[in-house]
Parts: sequence; structure tokens; C-alpha cells
Amino acid sequence: METDSNKIIDEVTQGEYKYGFVTDIETEFAPRGLNEDTIRYISERKNEPEFMLEFRLKAFRHWLTMKQPVWAHLSIPPIDFQDIIYYAAPKKKTTVGSLDEVDPELLATFNKLGISLEEQKKLSGVAVDAVIDSVSVKTTFSETLSKYGIIFCSFSDAVQNHPDLIKQYMGSVVPYTDNFFAALNSAVFSDGSFCYIPKGVRCPVELSTYFRINAANTGQFERTLIIADEGAYVSYMEGCTAPQRDENQLHAAIVEIVVRKDAEVKYSTVQNWYPGDKNGKGGIYNFVTKRGICKGNHSKISWTQVETGSAITWKYPSCILLGDHSVGEFYSVAVTNNHQQADTGSKMLHLGKNTRSTIISKGISAGKSNNSYRGLVRISKNATHSRNYSQCDSLLLGPSCGAHTFPYIQAENKSSVVEHEATTSKISEDQLFYCQQRGIDMESAIGLIVNGYAKEVLKQLPMEFAVEAQKLLSISLEGSVW
Amino acid sequence: MLLQIKNLHAGINGKEILRGVDLEVDKGEVHAIMGPNGTGKSTLASVIAGREAFEVTSGEIFYQGKNLQKLSVEERAREGIFLGFQYPVEIPGVSITNFMRTAVNEIRKYKGLDALPGGEFIKLMEERKKLVEITSNLTNRSVNEGFSGGEKKKNEIFQMAMLEPTLAILDETDSGLDIDALRIVANGVNKLRRVDNAFLVITHYQRLLEYIVPDFVHVLYEGRIVKSGGKELAIELEDRGYDWIKQEQV
Repeated sequence: METDSNKIIDEVTQGEYKYGFVTDIETEFAPRGLNEDTIRYISERKNEPEFMLEFRLKAFRHWLTMKQPVWAHLSIPPIDFQDIIYYAAPKKKTTVGSLDEVDPELLATFNKLGISLEEQKKLSGVAVDAVIDSVSVKTTFSETLSKYGIIFCSFSDAVQNHPDLIKQYMGSVVPYTDNFFAALNSAVFSDGSFCYIPKGVRCPVELSTYFRINAANTGQFERTLIIADEGAYVSYMEGCTAPQRDENQLHAAIVEIVVRKDAEVKYSTVQNWYPGDKNGKGGIYNFVTKRGICKGNHSKISWTQVETGSAITWKYPSCILLGDHSVGEFYSVAVTNNHQQADTGSKMLHLGKNTRSTIISKGISAGKSNNSYRGLVRISKNATHSRNYSQCDSLLLGPSCGAHTFPYIQAENKSSVVEHEATTSKISEDQLFYCQQRGIDMESAIGLIVNGYAKEVLKQLPMEFAVEAQKLLSISLEGSVW
Repeated sequence: MLLQIKNLHAGINGKEILRGVDLEVDKGEVHAIMGPNGTGKSTLASVIAGREAFEVTSGEIFYQGKNLQKLSVEERAREGIFLGFQYPVEIPGVSITNFMRTAVNEIRKYKGLDALPGGEFIKLMEERKKLVEITSNLTNRSVNEGFSGGEKKKNEIFQMAMLEPTLAILDETDSGLDIDALRIVANGVNKLRRVDNAFLVITHYQRLLEYIVPDFVHVLYEGRIVKSGGKELAIELEDRGYDWIKQEQV
């Protein structure tokens, strides 16, 4: 019976990555390799103020003293950091006033990805920042948002136009000394999104950044900074894809979120970087540091992620719960298929009193992939009457994949409660037969069951994303090997 | 002939369970398959539905003139074969509504029809819920998750009403039901009886057959149909048990 169902899943999971195309656009590159000159080149290309160059150089010098971490449950082939191009930009000028000035090839690219930068998208109530390779191509809706005092622009624009905010907040949540990849990003990051929601403003639209790697042999290092002032609210979405290539590409990003008193930030990600082919050739190495701080009382950060892409994922969106009564949430679905590896989870650091956190993690492994949950819940001495609830479920499709759970719990006071639940399950032959007997073929049945399994997380996503994510889950497991 | 089974031998893991079953079912008929535990009743149901774990070693099954063994499980379902499960499985997070909508539309696609528009689907669902006396919001819940025994069986009959099969096989649908649930399930079946469909009701007890009156009753024993008759055979079995059948076979 096992072998029958094994064979079946074998057949079902041979999926194709549909974003694997390359756009032919003129691109300008930094010289291959990494040294102080590379960093000066990047800073100069971006016409940055002196403080930025200093920040980058400090980060670079610190990075030189660091070693790539090895504690994750990942088998990472050696990365030659001198064999990477650290800056690539579409050649046409990067500051555009209207869509007419955007390279039509680029517009076509985003249309192909289902991201329309044009009017229609604006009407649907989503503001988009599109980042291709290293630079932001176009941020829509900025003018409308500015009426509310909301700043939503590329990171580069923010450096030029709002240097004080950048100076104040950049590196305040993820310092460049934080870890190897954070240091690297801080040295060479090229662009990303910046968002500031002023006091008492509820952002009327979903803000969205769309990241696309296009050029070959380049790394993508973007940086996102979101600040929600007192009583503000914003829902932010991030999506990513990359062309299909045989060589691996490095992506090392930083996301920092600062949330003040009574404010809330909801951050949703659908990560669909190219995962490599069936035999594990190619794919993105995704090393991301995402962290938010609930600075004020009664503030809230909610992370939701659907991770289906990348050959290697190393990512732990975290919350520092500093304000009293602040709330941190992490909802995650991570799918690995073929030879993909994911080591992902969250950190909840309870510092304020009566802080609460929730972690819901759903791992789905197929093929020969490895999927690990790694989480830290730390309740400090002063974080009295705090609570955490963690639930980590793993779903295995087939006999050759792995699911692992590494929960770390540190509780330093007696009035707090920490709960952790974990389950591991399989799609049973009974479930598949039941679906098939109702006329639903194997492929749709797996899609249905997997989506049901991930429902608790998917329902956290904004409508715009939920549908895409559901399709993606089914597609990612097409042709998976059971 | 709707269903024609000829000298069927089948088993699981190399163990033969069905040892030469012959059975013919025509449209408009209700057949009851009775017999002691472990004689192959559920195996027969699984083999007709096409469950892969079961192996047909010899014999033939024809359904509407088609050789069933050439069809996959889902093709058989789309051709109108429905199996009401003895132990319906839970599918967490998948609502009955979503599940049924997927099933209905897959079957429609197979028949070359467009997907049913949302509004019409909801209308159909409300109508069929009444048939099985489902008043609650059962259909918003995940398939069979946390259902009582009775709810699970009602859900099976509800799905049958949604899919309108040509041949419905009910595998021990009465097991674990109290008398009220039994009546509701039986009523559902009776309302769905038509001249152009047929039912194969598998049961251990005669009780269900008081509500669903069969045209034919067959006794399955040690992998063969050893006795067939009208509805009075079921009553005789209730009175005399299965021992006399066993003795006749010795």
C-alpha cells in the first residue's frame, strides 16, 4: 500500500516553476567581488550621503571578522563571496515620475508576474513598490498616500529625502553586528522599501513590495524599514520571484519594523524565489533577517509567511516585545519539495509585562527535502504575566523527506505561561482515496488537503495574497515525490 | 445491465478474500448484501470503487458496458459510482462546502460541463441539506472533523445527494447509528431512489432494511454469494442468524 501511494505522489509532484523567465533589459553591474571599493562604488552610484557610506564600511569591516553560521539544520555548499556581483541595476534612469517613463520591458515583466503597476492596481487598493535586481523601479500610489502623511518609497529615495528618519532607525532593530548575513547586507544593500505611518493614521491601502531577481550571477540585498508611529496601522505585503538558472544565487535581506505605542504592523510574505530543479540544481540561497520591535505599550506585530521557493531558506521573523501588553504573532507555512532545505521559525522575546505571543508553524515536506522549525521563546525576568502559545505541525509527503522541530524555551519568571504543541502527520492513503472516490484526482486532492492543513495560516493573509498563496501551495507540490 | 460482476476473485496483500463473486444489478433496483463479519462485504465495495490496495486476480466487473478495471478511482466516481464509507476519514481544514464544490465541478468537467456558478451551487447545497435533514451549519465545518458517528453518516448521504450517482454503494452505513439517525439516513436514500439509478446496500443487520426495502437480498459468505432472494430472506436471516447458511455450505 505504501509503495502504491509513494508512486502516486511521485507522479503528482513534478511541478514547473512558472516565473523562471529572464527579461532582456540593459543592466549595469558593479565589478565582480567584494572589497571596500565595491562598497564605495555602490554608495557612489546611489549618490549617498556620507553617513551611509560610513555605515556600510563599518558593516563591511565587521563582516570581515565574522564566519558564516553553521548551526542551522542545513547543508550549505561553500559560497564564494568574491564570485558574486553585488550591484545590478536596469540601465534606464531609476527615478521615474510617471509610468510612461518606465522601461516598457520592465512593465511587461511585472505584468507577466501578475503585478500590474498601472492604474487598475491602484484602484484595487494596493500600493506597490517594485524592486528589480538591486533597485526600486517604481512605487505606485505615493502621492495619494502623502496626503495622509504616509511615506512609502524606495529605500534609496528615503535616504535622499528623509535622511533623519533613516539615521534614527536604520540598524536600530537589526544592527549590522547582528549576524553574518545582516552584516553583509548592511555593507552592500542596494535598495528596498521604506515606509513611515504617522501618528494615529490607519493606512487606507495595503502596501506591497515586489522583489524580482533578473540578472545572472548577482546577489540581491534589499532592506526594508517600516515605522508605525503611535496609534498607526499598516498592512504590508512582500512577494518575490526569480528566473530559473542552473547556478545558485544569493539573497540576503533585512527587514526592520518599529512599532510605537498602540500601533500595529501586519507583515505578510509570499516567498517564491526559484527553488532549483528536480535534481537540486540551481535555486536561490535565501538568508533573511526579519525583526520587529514593539516599542510602546499595547503595540502589535504580526508576521505571516508562506514560503514555497528558494533552494535554501534561513529565516526567523522575530518580535521584541518591549512595551507592556504588546503582542507578537508569527504564522508560517513552509513548503519544501525535491531538494529544497528550509530552516525557519521565529523568536519571541518578551521584555514588557503582560506581553503575549503566538507562533503557528506549518511545515510541509515532500521529495527529498528537509524542513525544520526553529524557534525561541524567551520570557525575561521583568516580563511578568506574559504568555506564549506555540504550535508546530509537520506534514510529510513521502518517505524521503525530513521534518525537524527545534524549540527553545527560556522562562525567567514564575507568573508567565508558555505552551508548546507539536505534531507530525502524513497525508493518509485513506484521505486520498476518499477524495478520489468523490471524483477529485490525486493532484487536486493533495492541493485540497495541503491547503486545509495550512488554513489557519492562510486565513491571516490579506485577500489579495490568500488566493495566490493557495494556488502556489498546490503548484509547489505538483510532481512531488512520495 | 448497470453492474455485472463475473466470477470475481480479489484480495489484499496476497490474501484472497473474494472467491468467485457473481452479481448483476440493474437500474431501478436496490440490492442488499448481507453476511457475517469478515466474509468480504467491504472488500467487494472497495474493489468496485477501485481502491488500489485491493488486487483483482481474476474475473470481470462491467459497469454500463465498460470494463471497470480499466478506470481509475476518480474516473469511476465521475462515471457515477459512489461509495458511502463505513468509516469516513477526517480532512482537517477543508470545509464540506469546498470539498463538495471541488467534487461537483470535477465531475462536471469530466462530462464537458462548465463549473457550477457559486450561487447555483449554494442553492443546490441548501436543497440537498434538507433532504438529509441537516439544519445546522455542518457544511461549514471541516470534512468529518469532530463529527459524531451519526453526523458522519448523514454527511455521506448528503454527499451522495449532491453527486447524484447512478450506482451508490453504502458500506455498513447503519453501523453505529441510533434509531433517529438511521431513519434520517434511510429517508435520504428513499428520496433519491429513481428508475435510473441503483443501490447496493451492505449491512450486517436486517434493521436498516426495515427502512430501505430491497428488491434483492444476497448473502456473502467466505467470499462468495451463497444465497439470493427477495426481502423476506433478510427477515429469515434476522430470525435464524447466519449459522444455518454456514451449515448449508459444509
